[in-house]
Amino acid sequence: MAALMQALGLTRHFGGIRAVDGVNFRLEPGEIHAIIGPNGAGKTTFVSLLSGRIPVQSGSITLGGEDITRLAAHVRVKKGIAYTFQITSVYPKLSVFDNVALAAQSAGARDLGGQVAAALARVNLAGLEDHLAGNLSYGHQRLLEVAMGLALKPRILILDEPTQGLAAGEIEGFKALVRSLVPETTVMLIEHNMEVVMDLATQITVLNFGQVLATGTPDQIRANPDVQSAYLGGHDAEG
Amino acid sequence: MSASAKSWALHLGLIAVLFAAQFGLPSYHATNVSRIMVLAVFAMGYNIAFGYTGLLSLGHALFFAAGMYGMGLPIWTLSWAPIPALIAGLVAGGALAGLVGLLALRTAGVSFMIVTLMFAQAGYLTLLYLNTHTGGDEGFVVDSAARVIAGFDLSTDAPRYMAALILFATAMLICLWLVRSPFGRVMVAMRENEQRSRMLGYNPFRVKLTALVISGLYAGIAGAAYGMLFGYVGATFATIQYSILPMLYVLLGGAGTVIGPFLGALLMFYLIDITSGYTTAYLFVVGAALVVLVLFAPKGILGTIRERGLKWLP
Repeated sequence: MAALMQALGLTRHFGGIRAVDGVNFRLEPGEIHAIIGPNGAGKTTFVSLLSGRIPVQSGSITLGGEDITRLAAHVRVKKGIAYTFQITSVYPKLSVFDNVALAAQSAGARDLGGQVAAALARVNLAGLEDHLAGNLSYGHQRLLEVAMGLALKPRILILDEPTQGLAAGEIEGFKALVRSLVPETTVMLIEHNMEVVMDLATQITVLNFGQVLATGTPDQIRANPDVQSAYLGGHDAEG
Repeated sequence: MSASAKSWALHLGLIAVLFAAQFGLPSYHATNVSRIMVLAVFAMGYNIAFGYTGLLSLGHALFFAAGMYGMGLPIWTLSWAPIPALIAGLVAGGALAGLVGLLALRTAGVSFMIVTLMFAQAGYLTLLYLNTHTGGDEGFVVDSAARVIAGFDLSTDAPRYMAALILFATAMLICLWLVRSPFGRVMVAMRENEQRSRMLGYNPFRVKLTALVISGLYAGIAGAAYGMLFGYVGATFATIQYSILPMLYVLLGGAGTVIGPFLGALLMFYLIDITSGYTTAYLFVVGAALVVLVLFAPKGILGTIRERGLKWLP
């Protein structure tokens, strides 16, 4: 099967810090691919390179066989790569409706009202259209961020720490939501919560010091001795 | 009443009041209100760039003057008819805004302010330098034969008021439509968070350039109409003062509101008109008014009203 997105030798240094250092990566269509690694392993920098928020120093990225290494971030969004921010980045002074509508109309929605309502319903925020986004609770702002990603109707949805700040009950709902997205949408997940990762991911890539330490299924990653020593700290899976 | 119906009632109501006012106002005030309506169109254009898209320009005098000279010069040197001359003014404002935008939008914030100011000063000095073609700082009078449209002589009170009102009403309704359109939403998104908007698939440069060109078209037609209705084209209209005025109107009336620019222009015009009757230090009064505004209602009059209750105000 051809990879949906592929990165070869992807590199980005900040001064002397090798944030991302020669990463090779394959994303297969329809998978839920988690990126894990200790703090500072380069996870956010890596997906920022994929989404175009940070320019690539060397290496290449292809999407469906097309080279997108030098494309601007907004062009990549149009090609189907949606990024939801780690630090909640909704428009606080705009209504919930406007927040989602901005994403939906960017994806060329005809029935704006319907699309917005559908995206909000999927994250359980239906009926909050007229609220100011800044007045929502932190957990709801996280979900709004995800709704904006969904309304873009992406081929690849990159979720950066989506469960951070969610209550336990909300996390269960969130897992069901992510499962319902595949295989139409391929999901990349940066996540610290190992329970969520092991439960959701079909594929896991472990980064350490900007390099790929291991790639495999959750079972393979659990059994990998390098990963255990570098990151998982024995059998207590907690990041 | 729905938010949409209320907003239509308010804006059409304002047009109706202004239409009725011409029958009650003394000639002196009718001329003032004509001026205010044309200046409000200028300020509405400024508001599209500043209030909605967040582009703080100090160079809009350039686009106003481009419209004025774009209208005046073809009449002066080529004896154009008034309608084509007005269109030339409109296009000149938009084209120059596009050109300045292509260069100035590589910067943002304070740098954008300085670069636009620099372009406007360069434009002003060019008008003086080319004084054999532009009339220099003396300017020139628009030929009265070229101020008659369809038999209406725009140098007389009633047709002038109606022409100003038609322009104002058209500009306001287009602005209302624009800010409620999907593109209007993107302009506001660009003002609120440019990086986030980029990650939703919008090209910030293109959005800002489009907004600036629309803003320039407003400034251009306002400058052209001002020259045509009041019969004079001069380099004073290209000075920094005419970049600051629309900003003051917008700040006073309420940035990011459709009627704010008109309200600001009306109040500021009469504030200057009345205080200058008592003292030569009228600019001091204007300054004091602005300090009070910034301290107590930084969002302007309508911005504050919208915050305190009338949430539907576009």
